[in-house]
Amino acid sequence: MGNKKKVLLMGKSGAGKTSMRSIIFANYVARDTRRLGPTMNVEHSYIRFLGTMVLNLWDCGGQPNYFDNYITPQREQIFKGAEVLIFVISVETKELQDDLRLYQSCLEALAHLSPEAKIVCLISKMDLIADEKREQEFSVRESEIKRRSLPLKVTCYPTSIWDESLYKAWSSIIYSLVPNIAKFESSLNMFADIMRADEVLLFEKATYLIIAHSVRRKHPDGHRFEKISNIIKQFKLNASRYVANLHTMRMEIINGDLKILLDMLTPNTAIMVVITDPLVYPAAISLNIQTARKHFEMLEKLDRAPAMQFGDPKV
Amino acid sequence: SQEPVSMAEQEAKPQIILMGLRRCGKSSIAQVVFNKITPNGTVLLESTTKIEFTDIETNTFLHYELVEIPGQMDIFESTVPMNHEGLFSNCDAVIYIIDCSDSYESALPYLYQIVTCAHKINPKIRFEVFIHKTDVLRQDGDKLAIRRSIYYKVTRDLQDSCLEAVKLHFYLTSIYDYSIFEALSSVVQKLIPELPTLENMLNLLNQKCRIEKSYLFDLHSKIYIATDSTPLDIAMYALVSDMIDTVLDLANIYDSGSDAKDANLSSTFELNNKSFLFLKKVNQYLALVVFMTGEDLQETSGLIEYNFYLFKKALENVFEIRTRKSKEKLL
Ligand SMILES: Nc1nc2c(ncn2[C@@H]2O[C@H](COP(=O)(O)OP(=O)(O)OP(=O)(O)O)[C@@H](O)[C@H]2O)c(=O)[nH]1
Ligand SMILES: Nc1nc2c(ncn2[C@@H]2O[C@H](COP(=O)(O)OP(=O)(O)O)[C@@H](O)[C@H]2O)c(=O)[nH]1
Ligand SMILES: [Mg+2]
Repeated sequence: MGNKKKVLLMGKSGAGKTSMRSIIFANYVARDTRRLGPTMNVEHSYIRFLGTMVLNLWDCGGQPNYFDNYITPQREQIFKGAEVLIFVISVETKELQDDLRLYQSCLEALAHLSPEAKIVCLISKMDLIADEKREQEFSVRESEIKRRSLPLKVTCYPTSIWDESLYKAWSSIIYSLVPNIAKFESSLNMFADIMRADEVLLFEKATYLIIAHSVRRKHPDGHRFEKISNIIKQFKLNASRYVANLHTMRMEIINGDLKILLDMLTPNTAIMVVITDPLVYPAAISLNIQTARKHFEMLEKLDRAPAMQFGDPKV
Repeated sequence: SQEPVSMAEQEAKPQIILMGLRRCGKSSIAQVVFNKITPNGTVLLESTTKIEFTDIETNTFLHYELVEIPGQMDIFESTVPMNHEGLFSNCDAVIYIIDCSDSYESALPYLYQIVTCAHKINPKIRFEVFIHKTDVLRQDGDKLAIRRSIYYKVTRDLQDSCLEAVKLHFYLTSIYDYSIFEALSSVVQKLIPELPTLENMLNLLNQKCRIEKSYLFDLHSKIYIATDSTPLDIAMYALVSDMIDTVLDLANIYDSGSDAKDANLSSTFELNNKSFLFLKKVNQYLALVVFMTGEDLQETSGLIEYNFYLFKKALENVFEIRTRKSKEKLL
């Protein structure tokens, strides 16, 4: 399979690697992660994304003896062909220098074996820090990590399994991996224009991570995308306790002129349309999503998609 | 500020007293349900030192007062000047909270004292016992065993004092799941004189639209003030309550504040193309939320729309009757 993306998830034992991947990819809620034991060696998971793309996640157990193995005997096997390295450091780690040494030895191996790989550093368990100190504590670590990464470039995110920050970090990781993202984005823009939507969001259906968006009307809340991912994923998890095999969801919310519609788009994506234009009726939104379906299905297959054609939104 | 309210006012407003030993979870319950504090956030709560009165005006049907007696204040201790008469004579219900993560037996003598004293003063008081913090118990079997044991001991003690006529209701609760909302819903509903009417209206609605379960929710507290007469189902309550959260959270992100209070919020969720949740606000506070399955959405949505409208009208009537009655009383 040409579209397999190898993603390394590394960091000290207890940093929270398995917890985050279980929440994003395996339908855990934050509370369930207390039951996780330490990861032995490497746990592989394959996550099918957008039809043809497969994410191959290497959750590398972080106990010292495993780490030594990754760096020396298994070096090639681990670090070769990686697209992304996600290194997790807990904000409450007692010996940050220790974490950073491990981090640097990973960078060194990566620079040799996968020089093109992207590097992401997640500062986890931010919820353990008081609200007003979070930014400060994060930026201290961020600048230290950036300095220690030179000449390589790294992107850092604060995360907590207890809030939406996790979705923000993982959305941007996924975003960087989707090959034809520009095509999705331009189609989404066109769709939003025709619909006279305020904004349109495209989700990967299993994770509800947002992989593309089109914003036509300024919105004051810069964190809304990860909030929305979190809200919808939570509902899905909770609802699947009641509805067995929950695989499709459709939500329609109307409040005065505000219309929010979430629906499945392709077998792998969901779409959310937000419209405040009083002249657009909910029925028209559904109709246009239906029309868009074929087009986006084609895009997923990486074929040359035909130009989109939509009906008049004002039905 | 702790002065008791004037007699006239007190009579008009139903009162619920929260009691229990120290750290049993009284303040946590009040904060989680009425102030939207997260369950984890309650870890920081300080022990309460004085009686707290909270006025809860949740909706058009319900305006009551929650009174929290701190655990460190033993009302039968002679050092505590406490007018039992004043405390219990105007009270509708006592919620007694038992921490089941602790040795729950030590909570029983105080419960017994309260029941004996309060019942003597005001035989109309209802006693609701919350066996609380059940999240710390691993198995459902443990919960039931504790409940059985508490039930047995309490009834035996009451029988011994010839108080077997006093009925206690037991609930298993935790702030970490929906059980606390479900339990409070059951307690609070009994304060609404129109409850049977509301229940009938919901039964009728179910019949007309082939609905499986319907609730009349107070959107702010997520306490439901009425449901149809089919058996309670905590999983269904959870589903419906999750829908409310989702709808409000999403609407809040995009509502520019102004029309958030609009009485015309409505929503439809479709799960696996065969189960449906409908929500419609019926006035400033209340929303009708229903669940149905196995129906064709295209066919039923019109029917539902129409019957929701009728329900809303009927509800306005019920409320008008109440206002008229209370005015007549005043005259
Ligand atoms: N595990 C668990 N802990 C709970 C629950 N409810 C409350 N707690 C914890 O119990 C502790 C005491 O809670 P409070 O609400 O302050 O107790 P209180 O009854 O008001 O105590 P006083 O004010 O001293 O009478 C807090 O640490 C809460 O986090 C629950 O359902 N489960
Ligand atoms: N407070 C808090 N705890 C977390 C967070 N992420 C993980 N944990 C906890 O940290 C512990 C170790 O997590 P785990 O994912 O097994 O770590 P790993 O060894 O890196 O895979 C678990 O008990 C998690 O519940 C977080 O963001 N906040
Ligand atoms: Mg308290």
